[in-house]
Amino acid sequence: MKIQRVSKLAPPVNRRLEIVPAADGLCVTVGGVWLIADGLANHGAVELQLNSDKPPKVTVITEGLERADSSLAVWLAGLYDLCAAREVPLDLSRIDAGLAHLLALARSVPERTGTDRGNDKLPKLDTVGHHVLGRLRRADDQVQFMGEFALSVARLLGGRARMRWRDVWEAMADGGPNSLMIVTVISALIGMILAFIGAMELRKFGAEIYVANLVGLAVVREMAAVMTGIVIAGKTGAAFAARIGTMQAQEEIDALTTLGVSCFDFLVLPRVIALTLMVPLLYLYSCAVGLAGGMLIATATLGIPVEQYWAWMVWTLPLYQFAIGLAKSAVFGALVAGVGCLRGLQCGRSAAAVGKATTSAVVTGILYIIIADAVFAILLEVYHI
Amino acid sequence: MTAPARLLVRDLDMAFDSYVVQQGVCFEVRAGEIFVVMGASGCGKSTLLRHMVGLEEPVGGAILYDGESYWGVDEKRRAVINRRFGILFQSGALWSSMTLAENVGLPLSLYTSLTLGEIAEVVSYKLALVGLRGFEAFYPSELSGGMRKRAGLARAMALDPDILFFDEPSAGLDPVSAHRLDRLLLELRDSLGTTIVMVTHELASIYAVADTSVFLDAETRTAIAWGPPAVLRDSCEHPTVRAFLTRGDA
Repeated sequence: MKIQRVSKLAPPVNRRLEIVPAADGLCVTVGGVWLIADGLANHGAVELQLNSDKPPKVTVITEGLERADSSLAVWLAGLYDLCAAREVPLDLSRIDAGLAHLLALARSVPERTGTDRGNDKLPKLDTVGHHVLGRLRRADDQVQFMGEFALSVARLLGGRARMRWRDVWEAMADGGPNSLMIVTVISALIGMILAFIGAMELRKFGAEIYVANLVGLAVVREMAAVMTGIVIAGKTGAAFAARIGTMQAQEEIDALTTLGVSCFDFLVLPRVIALTLMVPLLYLYSCAVGLAGGMLIATATLGIPVEQYWAWMVWTLPLYQFAIGLAKSAVFGALVAGVGCLRGLQCGRSAAAVGKATTSAVVTGILYIIIADAVFAILLEVYHI
Repeated sequence: MTAPARLLVRDLDMAFDSYVVQQGVCFEVRAGEIFVVMGASGCGKSTLLRHMVGLEEPVGGAILYDGESYWGVDEKRRAVINRRFGILFQSGALWSSMTLAENVGLPLSLYTSLTLGEIAEVVSYKLALVGLRGFEAFYPSELSGGMRKRAGLARAMALDPDILFFDEPSAGLDPVSAHRLDRLLLELRDSLGTTIVMVTHELASIYAVADTSVFLDAETRTAIAWGPPAVLRDSCEHPTVRAFLTRGDA
């Protein structure tokens, strides 16, 4: 079936626009019904006349104008600009009084110069350059952030930092207990999934008991730390960015600065300390739940007695693996808190900026966790741990 | 006119990157007077305030407090000068994670050796001054806009500052609250001798409290008039200033 498209700009029947060149200039007569629903009229015809022979002046007359909304005013404003550009005087003395008044109102405040943000599109290559420079500037921010943070830590060690330990407790409460539920679910499922996969493969070799090794190592060394880190990035890191971003938007950071309080001491330091302490605790909890989940599946599907599985796991899982996991999770905690605070401090002064800061905090936080984990993997490999 | 200049702004140029906000701004604020920075919206009034309290660095010119160049000294010295300031931000800028008592008490606990009990006493007194007695344990989010502004004022006054800066104090207040705030400012000046620098475009407020004022023009991007507002209204040579001070009726 062929659908016939009705043009949106079908010429309106009721709009009247006559352009008559006269001896004393161009005479433009408008009338009829001008409605914005019919679309805007274009200036093609007038422009043609203005370009072909420069008339001494342009006179606009309203005649038989039944109804007119902004569409006519917009058209006349456009005509005004056209005439102004060609230095042709525009005579509006013979138009409808109400319309004349509206036009005068729109012209009464001169256009602010210097506010033109410019639609000057940059050449393709330049946009790439601008983008790269923007990135570099953001990288600059991060280096500066780390430097400021180091100074703040130095002040803390010297006992001169204006930090309230209460903020540390509050941030810990924010980050820890609130995330217990989701950490429980994720860790238990990860442990179970690992046990399933392990059981599937190891059963072929009759090495079912090695499921304990697999689950133990994977959970303790990798999964518990990474998963806890990611959960914290999504919950607490985002909350930090939103909180500090909102403080930025509401001038609260300015109020601190003018009081001579470093926002690093007061806002960043307690949050970083809190997560550096809290994430390892969550990690230990996650380990416990993950190992239990794995044990549940292994004993249920492979028929290994619980005592045997437990004894084997304890025997094969060296304690230093926990130390590795703890170290990792402390680093992840610091990274997530740092990124959350950084994004909050970089935040602009609007609600949209706060949203952007929050998203960016989560994405960057997770990215850093994975990168840090890779760095750990390489270092541990190099040092044969 | 024998009082020394508490604050002197000389040929101040303000810009963000390449966008010039104001240039060549000059004026003088004497100790114990209420000084108003006025001008149309977006002319750079608040930016000027941010330059005077150390949040933005000027591109050129100088700001002097009692003859000492504010941007000519190092950061440590500037922090010391800052301790003489009390600042009320446009939105109040109370720290949202703290109660009113903690908001007002923080400057005290940072810069005085008062005990917790003594701080609590001072805090109640300051809150009572702005009509918020008994609101110590409230969080900023539990207050109305006007109350937040008054609480911000209590915090700004916490350290008995020599100079109070106000960014649009009566914006968003109902006429009665705005009037009460104006009276409070006059009382502060008369009883404590506080110098007050206020950014506003509320005409009622300007006429009610201002001793002197400066007008920042958005067109020419500089300060075009300086003097008592009533005098400027009647005899300023610039039609923009007269129009502003008469709501455009002149």
